[in-house]
Amino acid sequence: MGISLSKLTEKTNIWPWLLLAPLGLYMLIFFAVPLADVAIMSFTEPKVSLANYQKVLTGALYQRVFLNTFVTAAFVTLCCLLVGYPLAYLMAHSKPRTAMLILLLVTMSFWTSFLVRTYSWMVLLGNNGPLIAFLQMVGVDRPPQLLFTRFSSTLAMVHILAPYMIMNIYTVMKKIDPALIRSAESLGARGWSLFRHVYLPLTAPGIANGSVLVFVICLGFYVTPVLLGSPREQMVAGLIGHQIEEFLAFGLGSAMAMILLVVTLIILTIYHRRFGLDKLWG
Amino acid sequence: MTNYLQLSNITKTYGHFTALDDVSLSVDKGEFVTFLGPSGSGKTTTLMIIAGFEKASGGKVEIGGRSISGLAPHERNIGIVFQNYALFPHKTAVENVYFPLQMRGVSRSQGLRQAEDMLFLVGLKGFGHRHPKELSGGQQQRVALARALVFEPSLLLLDEPLGALDKNLREQMQIEIKRIQRSLGVTTIFVTHDQSEAMSMSDRIVVFEKGRIEQVAPPLDIYHRPQTSFVAAFIGESNLIPAIITSGAGKTAENPTLGAFQYAGEDALADGQKVTLLIRPEHIKLSRSPIEGRKNVRMIVETIVNYGDNALVIGRAGDIPMRVRVLGADVVIIKEGEECWISWAPDAVFVITK
Repeated sequence: MGISLSKLTEKTNIWPWLLLAPLGLYMLIFFAVPLADVAIMSFTEPKVSLANYQKVLTGALYQRVFLNTFVTAAFVTLCCLLVGYPLAYLMAHSKPRTAMLILLLVTMSFWTSFLVRTYSWMVLLGNNGPLIAFLQMVGVDRPPQLLFTRFSSTLAMVHILAPYMIMNIYTVMKKIDPALIRSAESLGARGWSLFRHVYLPLTAPGIANGSVLVFVICLGFYVTPVLLGSPREQMVAGLIGHQIEEFLAFGLGSAMAMILLVVTLIILTIYHRRFGLDKLWG
Repeated sequence: MTNYLQLSNITKTYGHFTALDDVSLSVDKGEFVTFLGPSGSGKTTTLMIIAGFEKASGGKVEIGGRSISGLAPHERNIGIVFQNYALFPHKTAVENVYFPLQMRGVSRSQGLRQAEDMLFLVGLKGFGHRHPKELSGGQQQRVALARALVFEPSLLLLDEPLGALDKNLREQMQIEIKRIQRSLGVTTIFVTHDQSEAMSMSDRIVVFEKGRIEQVAPPLDIYHRPQTSFVAAFIGESNLIPAIITSGAGKTAENPTLGAFQYAGEDALADGQKVTLLIRPEHIKLSRSPIEGRKNVRMIVETIVNYGDNALVIGRAGDIPMRVRVLGADVVIIKEGEECWISWAPDAVFVITK
C-alpha cells in the first residue's frame, strides 16, 4: 500500500510541471532562442571570429559609451536614492491620509507608460515648453538648452526609475518595529545619532534592493536617453540600436549586448551572494 | 531614601475614555515593584508615562525629587526591557549593550569593555560577537537586560519581558532577573499580568484595575489580606462568600445559605455591615464526616481536576460554588457527584469590606 501510494504521488508530481509548459514554451521561443541567436551572431557576423568583442573592448568610442553608461546609471541611482529616501520616509511615517496621497502619486506615475512620461518631459523641457517660457518671462534672455542634454535625460530617467527605489525602501521602512525606535530613544539616542546608528542601518536592505534594481534597469535604458539625451552622450543600448538600424552591424551590436548582459549578471550574482535575489522584490 | 520614584495623581484620557484615573504611588530606592493587572487595566500605560513615551493628561512623575514630566525619553536615563526585547538586529550582542554608552560619548574601547563586563554579569560571557538572531529567546532577554542596565539607569522598567519564554525558562529568568536586580540595587518596575511572576519576584505589588490602583502591598499581604474583592479574585484562587456582620464584637458573620461564621481579624466592624468573606481553597479541608472545632458545611462534588501532587475539587454548598485544594493523596476518598463535608478554621476566613 505504502509503495503503490508513493508511486502514485511520484507519477502525479509530473502534472504540476505541465502547468509551466505554456510559459516555458513562450519563454523558449521568444526569449531563449532569440538570445541564443544574439549570442551566436556576436561570434559569427560577419565571419566566425572574436573580432567583434575585440573591437568593442578596445575601441575608444565603445569604451567611452560603456563608461558613460555606468556613470549615468550610478548617478541616476544616486539621484533616485536622494529623492526616494525622504519620500519613502514620508510615506511610511505620515498620517494615513498623507501617506495614501503620496503612495497614490508614486504608483500613478509608475503605472503611466514610460513612453508617455518621456514625451511629457519633451513637452515640458522643449524650446516652446512652459519651463523655457517661464525663464523668458522672468527675464532670462537666452534660456539654456534643456532638451537633448544630459540634464533632460537624467531627469527623466530618475523620474521613471524613482518608484522602484521608493517602493523598495518604503516596504522595509514599513516593517521596522516601532519598539526598536523607542528602545533607541530610551537608551539615549535622538535625531541624527538615532538615524545614523539605528534607522539607516535598519533600512539598508531597502536601499540595496532599490539601488540594484534601478542601476540594472538603467544600464539597459534605450528610449529615454535616445529621445531626450544629447546625441554625444550615448548609452550602450542606444549605440546597439545605432549599429543594427543604421549600419546593419549585427555582429558588433550583438557583442555589445552580450557584454551588457554579462555585466548585469555579474552585478546580480554579487547581489545574490550578499543578500539573496529572492529579496529583490520585497 | 524613601519616595525615590513618585507618581502623583497621574491621569490619562483618550477622548472620553479614561485610561488612568488619579494614580499615585511612591517607590523606594532599590525596590522591586510589580504592576499587576489584567490587560487594559492601565499598568502598561503607567509604565509608558514613566518612560516618557506617553504624555500624562494630568499629574506628575518625579525621580529623586526632580520632576521628569517635561523630559523627552532620551533625557530620562531610564533603562527599559521591551516585551519583544527590541534588540537591534544589525548589531552584535556586545554592540547592542555598548549602544547606550556610545550615545553617552564613551569611547569604543572602554565602552565595549564595559559592555562585555555587563554581559558577563547577566551570564552571557563569550556570546558578545553573536547577532540577536543567533541567540535563543532567553539569551536575547539577557542581552536586553544588560543593555538596559549598562548605563546605570536611575530606573529599570520591564514590560512583560518573560511573556515570550516557555515555562521553565521563565522561572529561570525570574530568579536571574531578581539576582541581577539585587546585585546592582537598581530601582525596578516590572509589568506583568502573571500573578505567580508578581508573587515570586516583587518587594511590593501594585494591583491595577480599570485605570485605578486597587491595592499596593507586599506579595503575601496581597494574597492573605486583599483590600477589595477584585484583588481577592484576581490573585490566587478564592472562595468569595457574601455575608452580613451579625456581631462585630464577637467576630461573627452570616450567609443565608451557609449560616453563621467565625472570622479572624483585628478591625471592629459595625453590626449589619455587608461584607465579602474570603476563604482560600487550600485552607479548606475535605472529609467524610464533620470535624470538631471548625465550621462544617455539606458540599456536592461536581468536578475534580488532578494536578498530580494536588487536586482541585469544585463543588457546590447549597447555591454557593466552592473550590477546595487537596493533596493528591487525599483526593481518592471522594468521587464526582458525591456529597462530603468541607470545613475551615475561623482564622482561614478573611473579611473584605470593599
